[in-house]
Amino acid sequence: MQSHSQRPVLGLLAIGVGAAVGIALLNQRPSRSYRIAPPDSAPGRLAKHADFGDYAVVGKTVLIDKPRQELFDYWRDFSNLSSFMENIEAVKPGTNGSSIWTIAAPAGQSVEVETQVVDERAGELIAWRSVEGSSIDTEGRVAFRDAPAGRGTYVEAIVAYKPPGGELGRLIAKLFQREPNVQGRRELKRFKMLMETGEIATSRNRREAA
Amino acid sequence: MRALTWHGTHDVRVDTVPDPQIVNPRDAVLKVTSTAICGSDLHLYDGVIPGMLSGDILGHEFMGEVVDVGPKSTLKKGQRVVVPFTISCGSCYFCQKQQYSACDNSNPAEKQDISEPLYGHAVSALFGYSHMTGGYPGGQAEYVRVPFSDVGPIVIPDGMDDDEVLFLSDILPTGWMAAENCDIEPGDTVAVWGCGPVGLFAVQSAKLMGAERVIAIDHYPHRLELARKFGAETIDFNQTKVGEALMEMTGGIGPDAVIDAVGMEAHGFAPDNVLEVAKQKLGVAADRGHALREAIVSVRKGGRVSMPGVYGGFLDKFPLGAMMEKGLQWRTGQTHVQRYTADLLRRIQEGEIDTTFLISHRLPLEEAPTGYKNFHSKQDEWTKVVLKP
Repeated sequence: MQSHSQRPVLGLLAIGVGAAVGIALLNQRPSRSYRIAPPDSAPGRLAKHADFGDYAVVGKTVLIDKPRQELFDYWRDFSNLSSFMENIEAVKPGTNGSSIWTIAAPAGQSVEVETQVVDERAGELIAWRSVEGSSIDTEGRVAFRDAPAGRGTYVEAIVAYKPPGGELGRLIAKLFQREPNVQGRRELKRFKMLMETGEIATSRNRREAA
Repeated sequence: MRALTWHGTHDVRVDTVPDPQIVNPRDAVLKVTSTAICGSDLHLYDGVIPGMLSGDILGHEFMGEVVDVGPKSTLKKGQRVVVPFTISCGSCYFCQKQQYSACDNSNPAEKQDISEPLYGHAVSALFGYSHMTGGYPGGQAEYVRVPFSDVGPIVIPDGMDDDEVLFLSDILPTGWMAAENCDIEPGDTVAVWGCGPVGLFAVQSAKLMGAERVIAIDHYPHRLELARKFGAETIDFNQTKVGEALMEMTGGIGPDAVIDAVGMEAHGFAPDNVLEVAKQKLGVAADRGHALREAIVSVRKGGRVSMPGVYGGFLDKFPLGAMMEKGLQWRTGQTHVQRYTADLLRRIQEGEIDTTFLISHRLPLEEAPTGYKNFHSKQDEWTKVVLKP
């Protein structure tokens, strides 16, 4: 069993460019020097030189025309996540309030990750982190903010993860590196479809292959 | 079931494919009674729209009888409905503003990846079209699955023929919106490039909206004759210098509004068009914009440019200077069909709008490939083909 870094990565992500660089510094890249730019209004993960060390970071924001609390409640019941996340096969309760996520991996395999909610503010924020000894070192957060003029809620989801080594790591890397931003965008769009229309759009015209 | 499927440039076939089913709660399944070939199907036929896959079922102008409904559909089995070609959820920000062709939720998430780098955003899904617009199986088939059936389809009263109402699916609302986008004021002169079905409905619509004069431009004698039937003056671009003619006919002012009902496959031997035909054949996402350029240069200062014609990629030599210096307004987009269907159905019922004049040929679905071939290459006589599955 290899050791896992459990440093909180995401707590810093939303703050800005300086924070992104800060993470890079925390993650053992001392040989390069960074110019600390003043933060702008964009999310830190979009900095042109964002570097999260060994962590890969995916983040997307989507506007959904539903109240914050309703979206929060649906997401907070983690067993709902598999309804719109393609790679999540199931999320089931673990011990001591943890959750066991079953994630589909390439070649018909699956990976289990145990997570713990580390921060929660009703109607605003859910943050989770993999527990010590989990097969993937990951953390994620989803934030819900009111959009202007009653247009609904900005839902921003950010996930950071550090794939393990070995064969499993190779599979997981393959899974996540398949355009992780595209994957993230698709998941949030499916969430939006489900919340706004009650279903997820598909052009298939049969329930299963004929 | 039998269905017209796309296999490549100028290769469409009637194949046997699996019957559609209810997939989502708001779905309905129709038995198609009439379906038409659209000018934009010819863009697919010519292979100039990206994102087509072999075996795709075409057809976005169709109507039929409801034979199956999902638990959240508001339709009932046995109802006759016309279906808008734009698929719209009815509840997103855009649908609430009646901008149905901008629906956020009908284009499947995994199909939006191609549009976003190209257009910035994915647009609504369309039936029987490119996978950029969802890749939904179309209605040139015996049966079709209709998503969001509680929002799109309009129920047709008994006693109205298919031929009277079929074009509510696309070309009538498209011609109507093209005229609406001209913001016509009393006394206006409107010039319309292209006397295909959309152009001809734009001519009728512009007249109904109070245009004093409508000038229609094409090179097919029969199509120009149809435009004259609806009170248009006409210019044959094979015979006449269009730009100069429009100036002379308007005393040097130019038309108050112009409609490009041609789109990305302009005809003619103007130098810009010849070059762009070559580029399109190379497949570099090049649009052919001769009609649009001519329209922008002809329209009066402060005039309105309405562009129902379909474009998919990039255009060179765009007269941006004329646009800015003359202070033009430009409105375009796929049609917000659902916004117009109820009103236009009433106008058809009251005899205000004639729809049946357009149909030149009726064919069984099995002969659809012949219909495509002739609608494509004999455009003078083949003004509109209706297929009967």
